[in-house]
Amino acid sequence: MWDWAAGWLGPAEWQAVRLSLRVSFWATLASLPLGILVAYALARWEFPGKQVLNGLVHLPLILPPVVTGYLLLITFGRRGTVGQFLEQWFGIVLSFRWTGAAVAAGIMAFPLMVRAIRLAIEAVDPRLEAAAATLGASRPWVFATVTLPLILPGIIAGSILAFAKAIGEFGATITFVSNIPGQTQTIPSAIYAFLQVPGGQDAATRLVIVAIVIAMAALLLSEFVSRRVARVVAGT
Amino acid sequence: MTLTLQVRHRFDGFTLDVDVEAPAGVTVLFGPSGSGKTTLVNAVAGLLRPDAGRIAAGDWVLLDTAARRWLPPHRRRLGYIFQEGRLFPHMTVRQNLLYGRWFAPRDARTENLGRVVEMLGVGHLLDRRPGALSGGEKQRVAIGRALLAGPRLILADEPLAALDEARKAEILPYFERLRDEVSVPILYVSHSSAEVARLATTVIALQAGRVAAAGPPAQVLGDAAAMGVRDVAALLVARVVAHHDDGLTELAGPGGTLWLPRIAAAPGTAVRVRIAAGDVMLARDVPQGLSALNRLSGTIEAVAPGPGPDALVTLRIGPEDAGERLTARLTRRSVTELGLEPGQACCAVVKTVALAHGAAEAASG
Repeated sequence: MWDWAAGWLGPAEWQAVRLSLRVSFWATLASLPLGILVAYALARWEFPGKQVLNGLVHLPLILPPVVTGYLLLITFGRRGTVGQFLEQWFGIVLSFRWTGAAVAAGIMAFPLMVRAIRLAIEAVDPRLEAAAATLGASRPWVFATVTLPLILPGIIAGSILAFAKAIGEFGATITFVSNIPGQTQTIPSAIYAFLQVPGGQDAATRLVIVAIVIAMAALLLSEFVSRRVARVVAGT
Repeated sequence: MTLTLQVRHRFDGFTLDVDVEAPAGVTVLFGPSGSGKTTLVNAVAGLLRPDAGRIAAGDWVLLDTAARRWLPPHRRRLGYIFQEGRLFPHMTVRQNLLYGRWFAPRDARTENLGRVVEMLGVGHLLDRRPGALSGGEKQRVAIGRALLAGPRLILADEPLAALDEARKAEILPYFERLRDEVSVPILYVSHSSAEVARLATTVIALQAGRVAAAGPPAQVLGDAAAMGVRDVAALLVARVVAHHDDGLTELAGPGGTLWLPRIAAAPGTAVRVRIAAGDVMLARDVPQGLSALNRLSGTIEAVAPGPGPDALVTLRIGPEDAGERLTARLTRRSVTELGLEPGQACCAVVKTVALAHGAAEAASG
């Protein structure tokens, strides 16, 4: 099917599809630990600045994506403070690289991920965690053996949602890492590019179909997996 | 092993101020809702950090604010049995049972799964998940989970309250077996005087955050001030005389013969029975033509009119030196009409007698 898809799509289109999948996969995976931590903090902890953190997390959802992309460019770009630091000390360059596209996609998808996981954490009965503590489990163990398994459906749903969002990310990506074929040209940027040239409609249409298929598959998969997991977690 | 409970804690306009010690066995915290029972147990469990106090089971000190010692819950080595079971829904019964054991130090893993499973009769449930269990089954698994953690102290917060009468009757014997077969002290919260009579080695009656009375159940159960007028009861020691063909067991009690639906104890065994004050009627003369079989004769010791329409009349029954007491809850009107006064001879007609302990010897701790 892979070969068939590669044959049906032109090489440039296929490149965009593969890049999109890679960018979204890493964007989701890399933001997951931070997403769980932030969701846990927002659901369970009381600390000064909690509302500020909540606002920051949700900011990419309401800001124009171009603004987010520009902010990324001036912080993580080669002249940006964080960008310079990363390049000097770790040799990591984000701007105009696929890794930069992953950062942009990850940040844009972060609010959706955190929201889903936070709802799952709020649904966990703290009395179960207290019971685990009285049976000898320290806090990290309580989290690993009780909290984490119980919020797994939320984590899966949040991850798939974030993945789908990352696939569709356009504004912040194109602003931050531009639209370089093979480097930063994801499906949405490719569709945009094809529509700018005469005769590009066919290629754009094929990519639109691919985008729809990926989005639908992600939704169905998320529904299926979280139902299975929820059944196990519900204890029946 | 002495259980030391010294706790002072103030929150939301409620003050818990307890300073009491209990010997080994089952210590029952008794009191109405809002009296501070659960707060005290949570302080023992470390789920609540009291303002000041000292909590220890023997030399195992869980809290000592004077010495700045506070063990977090997971290091207290407890087996906490909750009212609602609190089994982990994502684990099988076997995984639930073994959860605490996994965290217990190696030398504390004295109970083995097979023995606990057999004692609680949960062998056929091991591969199921808690969602598929009945209320009684869940509670048995919860008891097993607490036991297998190798606890130095077992806590039970109204473990029967969420169950119906039939399930209560199913679970209560398991707590009796814990008391008789497991040498771990048990702190048991209850608001049922029947549970107190069956389980307690020591009763601590709490009222509005303070200890109203503490001591052996025979003493505390008859204390109207501590138990409240509705829950006063007598615990009497009686000897099994014979089992009869009509399904009744004849007991020789202080002041007369008692009849119970057949019990398991062999003739000659001393058992402890509980008689609730509300189940006792008094007659000035030996009544004729009455269906009730249980009649005890005694002498009125005290008449105490209650705050409402009730009055409590305490009788001394049996031999003078045995000091057995029976309390009857009457209306003040009947007290006046019969002219009941201390010193009068009286006949107590008992509607219901309940077995409190399998054997009185086991309870006299």
